[in-house]
Amino acid sequence: MSSASGLRIIDLRLNVAATGNDIVDGVNLTIKKGRVLGLVGESGSGKTTVGLAVLSHARRGVEVAHGQIFCGDTEVLGLDAEAKRKIRGELVSYVPQDPASSLNPALRIGLQLIEVLEAHDFGGSHEARKARIKEMMTEVLLPGDDEYLERYPHQLSGGQQQRVGLAMAFACRPSVIVLDEPTTGLDVSTQEHVLKTIRQLTRDHGVAALYITHDLAVIADLADDVAVMYSGRVVEQGEVAEIFKNPAHPYTRHLVAAAPDIAGKKAIIGLAGRAQSPGKRPVGCAFAPRCELVEDACRVEFPAMVSVSTRHDAACIKATQVASVIVSSAKPESTRKIGEPVIEVSAVSAGYSGDTVVHDVSLTIRKGECLALVGESGSGKTTVSRAIGGLHREWTGSIRLNGRELKTMARQRAVADRLAIQYVFQNPYGSLNPRRTVGDSIVRPLVIDGKSKDDARRAVLEVLDKVSLPGSYANKYPDQLSGGERQRIAIARALVSEPEVLVCDEVTSALDVLVQAAIVDLLSDLRRQLGLAMLFVTHNLPLVRSIADEVAVMSEGRIVEVGPSESVIGNPQQQYTQSLILATPSIERSMR
Amino acid sequence: MKASILRFVLKRIALGLLTLFVVSLLIFAVTQALPADPAEAILGREATPEALAELRAEFGLDKPIVAQYTNWLTGVLSGDLGTSYATSTPIGEYIGPRVSASFFLLLIAAVGSIPLSIVIGANAALRRDHKFDTTSSLVSLILAAMPEFVVGTILTIIFSTTIWQLLPAVTYLEVGAPPWSDVKGLTLPVLTLLISVTPYVSRVMRAAMVEVLESDYIEMARLKGMNERTVLWRHAMPNAVGPAFQVIALNLAYLAGGVIIVERLFNFPGIGSALADAVRSRDLPVIQFLALIIAGVYVLTNLLADVGTVLVTPRLRTRLK
Repeated sequence: MSSASGLRIIDLRLNVAATGNDIVDGVNLTIKKGRVLGLVGESGSGKTTVGLAVLSHARRGVEVAHGQIFCGDTEVLGLDAEAKRKIRGELVSYVPQDPASSLNPALRIGLQLIEVLEAHDFGGSHEARKARIKEMMTEVLLPGDDEYLERYPHQLSGGQQQRVGLAMAFACRPSVIVLDEPTTGLDVSTQEHVLKTIRQLTRDHGVAALYITHDLAVIADLADDVAVMYSGRVVEQGEVAEIFKNPAHPYTRHLVAAAPDIAGKKAIIGLAGRAQSPGKRPVGCAFAPRCELVEDACRVEFPAMVSVSTRHDAACIKATQVASVIVSSAKPESTRKIGEPVIEVSAVSAGYSGDTVVHDVSLTIRKGECLALVGESGSGKTTVSRAIGGLHREWTGSIRLNGRELKTMARQRAVADRLAIQYVFQNPYGSLNPRRTVGDSIVRPLVIDGKSKDDARRAVLEVLDKVSLPGSYANKYPDQLSGGERQRIAIARALVSEPEVLVCDEVTSALDVLVQAAIVDLLSDLRRQLGLAMLFVTHNLPLVRSIADEVAVMSEGRIVEVGPSESVIGNPQQQYTQSLILATPSIERSMR
Repeated sequence: MKASILRFVLKRIALGLLTLFVVSLLIFAVTQALPADPAEAILGREATPEALAELRAEFGLDKPIVAQYTNWLTGVLSGDLGTSYATSTPIGEYIGPRVSASFFLLLIAAVGSIPLSIVIGANAALRRDHKFDTTSSLVSLILAAMPEFVVGTILTIIFSTTIWQLLPAVTYLEVGAPPWSDVKGLTLPVLTLLISVTPYVSRVMRAAMVEVLESDYIEMARLKGMNERTVLWRHAMPNAVGPAFQVIALNLAYLAGGVIIVERLFNFPGIGSALADAVRSRDLPVIQFLALIIAGVYVLTNLLADVGTVLVTPRLRTRLK
């Protein structure tokens, strides 16, 4: 084989060991040395399974059914246990998603770095290895002195931990590297630095990099090529520019349409339905049940890859016509009626056991208006939203609802005030009681309010309809629902007490982009129909353009800039906002 | 760094002493303040009021309760533990050898059971759902369900009476003689204690290990090419023993109490049999001192466990100021 080819995956299939159902199938990918291939897809599409297979590793309950993977000239799947151990870290290395949980909390980072070199007899002597570690630490822009290397992982920040992960991965000069969402969970400015380091290292050392992510903008920014996975199959692959400008598979087209972008105002569009888990996937094209272009032939067998252009293939029988058929147009921009102020926050400071983390914050949210509160982690945005919701104890200043002063904690507030402000939490998996049907969860506030059973039941059906779920969902338990459905239930639970204000705390950050787009769409509709005032707390700047009328940018507990979202994002005045926006990857900006 | 750990240990010792002080109050209140009359217990129902009063005066039982407590406490603190009512010997002389015999028993049981449970638990976790795991789980569940006296009796039936006559059913140990002078007699009590502690601790160890082995950092260690031995001993073990320490400590402390039944069963001359005798004869000074010793074992093992957990957990260790 040619030496220019760093990684080749040929006809790879992995099964659920217990049932023999395919998790991924028919995966063919090639990455040349020095290039980055972005592997995108929603959660459950099999991207991590493919990534781990490159290291000849399958998680508990997963087995390789067939296929070959060449890292350089070595086929890795057929190796015995000792040979596998040898190539891991040396020929092919891995950068995990969550650096905090992937570094051993009981071991010093210096030991965790040097043991990779020792395990592969790299460098020959202890001194040579120590020198190599210093060199690597410099490359990932961390101090390499002994004091630093003696630290434990918890003594580093998230970004520093991920750089240690990168140093570890590049330490033995591997020819292939698998990066599994290495920047998810990092703030944008940290992410920017980490991405820059990855780009630098792969280019400089001629490494073939497989970059797994669900974030299209990161791919546009970083990768040379992209492969899109859906239900365990690669449905489209090719050069980044080709695919983002002219997606040939209907699924890719929807993905791109659903991704918010910092560089342009865009109505993001969701898509109903969801990908099925292994064993329940339909015969033929797995996307067929959600596809507008579906025809009988799609349901017979998985469509072959067809060439759309020289560097662009798609697995769709209508690949060459897709562009002309699906027109991603938004609903007409409706005029929003913005009314009187509902929530007035003035001079609020808040803290935790004496330490003030929010300083002198003032905000106004009007009827029918969505205010986005954005900032990096630790900026105090959630603390502000919790103070408004009456979930935070330590705050001073004044928060008024329709001109009435609110008490500190929700339980001190009048029932009407409590019902008027409703909170939707970040994690739909943790915020619904798993032992109650969703109907019971939704009806709870009404029961407390003393409504009759019939009234309550009617109200549940009504709110389920508002969040576009059928009434039969009232009898389901949370674990029978997908993430998006759970978040709809959480919103329904908030709506049932007919609130005036909805506080949404990172409500889409646990969701895939198509689901995120659908939830954002739902929230916009609700705001229009019910005249809700909405506080949308997020770290996701691109999303702000698609949902919010006004935006307030927070940094270190203070509001640094506030104004209409179009002007703040499009033409930021403060240096902090400018740097945030510049650090945020963007498809549009990358394609220019 | 080192100084901070020392400060933490000293603080915990001070807290332990405070605990012991409170315990001593409780012990004294429960034993001395109860209406049961040691003088009557010793002299019998037929004793004349004069004789009873004389004996009470000799024991100091006619003084106010607070004075009795301070007398007792200053005695204990200055090494004068008082005199046994029943045997009229100084308590130090009477209890000393028994305490060291029991501690020896405890020590062997601990030294045997801790590594044994760690090895069994870790291996069960490594071979999850395979034969070793299912068998050891079943066996340990059965053993954990049996009280010590049943285990002891079964062992006696197997090794000394009905099946084989290999080992003595009782320990023939002179009070004061070193416990290791009767190895044969020591075997069954030690084995009984081992069997009553190991199953529980190894199950806890297995659970802790399973959780650690499923963690991201273990997968990462394998993905960077560490061999299985390094993965197990360097990466997994330090994270699994922290939680196990707490359970081991509770079990050792439990042994200090559980040893009573086992000593009784094998007629082992330790604190267990001494305590049982003392309770029967209302020998208050002996009961009080032994209760204090057992409380001391609880405090000490928990202190060791807390310090051990902090030492193997960098996140806790570096937080010390």
